Amino acid sequence: MQSDVTSFASLAPAYPELLMAVGAVVVLLLALFWKNVRPGVIAVIAIVLLLATLAVLVLQPASGVLFNGIVIVDGFARYMKALVLGAAAATVLISLSNSKEHGIDKFEYSVLVLLATLGMMIMVSANDLMSLYIGLELQSLALYVVAAMKREDHRAAEAGIKYFVLGALSSGMLLYGASLVYGFTGTTQLDQIVAAITLETRSIGLIFGMVFLLAGIAFKISAVPFHMWTPDVYEGAPTPVTAFFAAAPKVAAMALFIRMTTVSFGPITKDWQQIVIFLSIASMVLASFAAIGQNNLKRLLAYSSIGHVGFALVGLSAGTAVGVEGVAVYMAIYVAMTVGIFACVLALRTEDGRPVETITALAGLAQRKPFVAAIIAILMFSLIGLPPLAGFFAKWQVFLAAVEQNLFVLAVIGVLASAVSAFYYLRIIKVMYFDEPVAKFATVPGELTAVMAGVGFLIVTYFFTVARPLTDAAHAAAGSLF
Amino acid sequence: MIFSDHLLTVITFLPTLGALVLLFVGGRDEASENLSRWIALGFTLATAGLSLWLWALFDPANTGFQFVEDYNWIGDSIGYRMGVDGISVLFIPLTAVLMPAVVLTSWGSITKRVKEYLIVFLVLETFMIGAFATLDLAMFYVFFEGTLIPMFLIIGIWGGSRRIQATYKFFFYSFTGTVLMLIAIMAMFWQAGTLDIKQLLTFKFPPEVQTWLWIAFFASFAVKMPMWPFHRWLPEAHVEAPTGGSVILAAILLKLGGYGFIRFSISMFPDASHQFANFVFVLSIAAIIITSLIALVQTDIKKLIAYSSVAHMGFVTMGIFAGNIYGIHGAIFQMISHGIVSAALFLCVGVIYDRMHTRDIEAYGGLVERMPRYAVAFMVFTMANVGLPGTSGFVGEFLTMFSVFQVNTWVAFFAAFGVILSAAYALWLYRRVIFGALTKESLKGILDLDKREAFVLVPLIILTILFGFYPAPILDATAASANVVAENFANAIGAAPAAVAAATGH
Repeated sequence: MQSDVTSFASLAPAYPELLMAVGAVVVLLLALFWKNVRPGVIAVIAIVLLLATLAVLVLQPASGVLFNGIVIVDGFARYMKALVLGAAAATVLISLSNSKEHGIDKFEYSVLVLLATLGMMIMVSANDLMSLYIGLELQSLALYVVAAMKREDHRAAEAGIKYFVLGALSSGMLLYGASLVYGFTGTTQLDQIVAAITLETRSIGLIFGMVFLLAGIAFKISAVPFHMWTPDVYEGAPTPVTAFFAAAPKVAAMALFIRMTTVSFGPITKDWQQIVIFLSIASMVLASFAAIGQNNLKRLLAYSSIGHVGFALVGLSAGTAVGVEGVAVYMAIYVAMTVGIFACVLALRTEDGRPVETITALAGLAQRKPFVAAIIAILMFSLIGLPPLAGFFAKWQVFLAAVEQNLFVLAVIGVLASAVSAFYYLRIIKVMYFDEPVAKFATVPGELTAVMAGVGFLIVTYFFTVARPLTDAAHAAAGSLF
Repeated sequence: MIFSDHLLTVITFLPTLGALVLLFVGGRDEASENLSRWIALGFTLATAGLSLWLWALFDPANTGFQFVEDYNWIGDSIGYRMGVDGISVLFIPLTAVLMPAVVLTSWGSITKRVKEYLIVFLVLETFMIGAFATLDLAMFYVFFEGTLIPMFLIIGIWGGSRRIQATYKFFFYSFTGTVLMLIAIMAMFWQAGTLDIKQLLTFKFPPEVQTWLWIAFFASFAVKMPMWPFHRWLPEAHVEAPTGGSVILAAILLKLGGYGFIRFSISMFPDASHQFANFVFVLSIAAIIITSLIALVQTDIKKLIAYSSVAHMGFVTMGIFAGNIYGIHGAIFQMISHGIVSAALFLCVGVIYDRMHTRDIEAYGGLVERMPRYAVAFMVFTMANVGLPGTSGFVGEFLTMFSVFQVNTWVAFFAAFGVILSAAYALWLYRRVIFGALTKESLKGILDLDKREAFVLVPLIILTILFGFYPAPILDATAASANVVAENFANAIGAAPAAVAAATGH
């Protein structure tokens, strides 16, 4: 299928990517040639670019298949790209006031974030194993550098190396899987692979290829047993970088996971379903128990994100449109909660300006900083999945899909894991509210307060404000895949 | 009239509005704390007034749902649906009327973080009323489970010395039980294609599915109720909670379990309820006798009352699963009555706790010499707790035992021991606290009820005695709907064997 790449109008569905690519280069040149520009200014320009791209994405409803079928823009891609862009913009915003102390007050940080975001957008829209890999690597390479950006800090360097080595390993597995899939189906295009697969005639080689592909992506979403890098990288990387890692790349990789399984391997749903169920149960259970002993906030959040990936996969386990809709809703709420909780972590500094990284240091926060404590408490209750907060409705959507497919064992294990996970989330609330204060905290920057208030508002009023439009959007997005 | 069409919504969310208003009260000094209390009192009194108006407007002859609001919201699943029938209508005024009492206790017993205390209680009130008023199964879960958040904070922040253990225990017992119900709710949605309770009540679930759904709902309600042996969280939560928390816990939150049994277990899963009735009877009898015996040996006043609550809830579950008209009537009456009486008993304990800061029975004795008015109030509620004829406690116990006598004589026989034992522990408690010689030095200066405390307790005394002699207001409101529940249950379990026979006949 030939598409006309010479006319600008025919590229309409790819405008957001084009804008982002051109914009990233312009920002890079601007930063190089504009002498003595403060990195903060570049970061603000990056936020504007991300939001402009988001606006183009939303206002430009064209969809279709581009570049001879290697890029697809459908409702699902647009939904996930909107999440990626929103998450990237929000995480850059919350790093503005504290980039210096975290050693990322360099303009390269903003440029790398933009390039990583471009990679994620390509991942989300990839319709070919090759474009998929290009997007994935563009994203990953930018992230490896960002993780190790605070060079003088050996923890950050360690995180960068770890992330790089394991990331390279996962890329290798993914490539190996891709080559097997190509070998056994004769095509690299996702929507043509499906035509070459039937349930009866599937070969063992194809299954092998699929397993390698899924394992490679499972690294990126950090599902157990491919999660080992997550706690170390989350802990070692500068906190704003961790916030970025936890939000946008997870969404992009999850989108890739969904597209790959439901589109390419649709006919052999039974085969990948068991893999996803295993990943899901392992992630939920391991994260729930492993997080209990953590005292480092960032490590705890790492395990929390592993657990939430497990919960999101509950929806995908169903292998239905309802399930994908659930995952889409789940990722949106997960991103909001992640941005919110990292805004809180970044906002907490002791009086002499040191960041607060342990749970015990939060003692009595409710009396020192009632607003921040209240937002953290809301987020914790939401992460547990207690109604009427947004986290409950996220779990509701994914478990609903699993129950529809009679996956009762998965559902029961899932809700029991969420009961266990309540234990470590509640510990943070206990420390903040039930214990007596010890430390004093510095004042909170204005934009962080705004982000916290915004996220808090959305999570508390979720059912009445965003539930309906979000669910409708997710419904439409999921519909475009089936 | 437009306003009364949305009366349930107004009653449900008015307390939350009050909580929002409280957010804007600044300052930590005494004056702003008192301002917060007055604002909270105003909102709870307004809610109570509206809830009484709801009761007045409620048409007891109508067996269907009234004040219905019905909107689809998220796809075809979760909707905003409100409505009450005879089963649920009385719990709303019960909740709303007790809330001003809780706010009033905050004057004497809460000194730190007063504003936050009032905010979480107002939010809790919204959840409790919402759970009784909603007609959407998922929204019921939202409200039901939502109560965990404020209650966790109430026990954890304003509780006694072992509050953290108590609040964790409360949270995890409730949460674990309830999440299983969540899966059952989802399964019901896919079975019946709706979450609308009105439609679910007419949907016939296949008997083998009912069994599983019943077990999942039982896991949730049995913990909430609480039934023996799932009651372990209750004594600790009661003991450690502040007075207001104990009042709400005993009076309202436990009733969510009983309400759930009537609304869901009996009405939607009659075959499974019939199948499990003997199991529930055994647990009820165990609750009545064992926890009464445990209550006898308690040295902590609150713990004693907490165990007596478990025993009284045993009568409720026994009545519900007897499944006949008297059982449903008696269960609802017992729940309303226990709501008033146990709330009042915890308020009474709060009165002396605020003065002496101990709940040890040993620390008291001879209070009648210094506190005659208090002695009278405490006596009325003790008698109601015992189930003395002429108090509201008698009617519920009598009806439930009467109902179960028709079903299973032995159950009634054993339940009667509970009545004897409750007299033993309650009267003995009264003797040790109120009578005897006032010998302890610390008690010599204790003061009788002040105006605020009397203002809280006197209405409850009146209600206790009024409903004891004249239970009609409660029984009339519930009669029509309770009859429908009992009839449907009888039809279903009568029809079940026939259906099986028909199926095997093919």
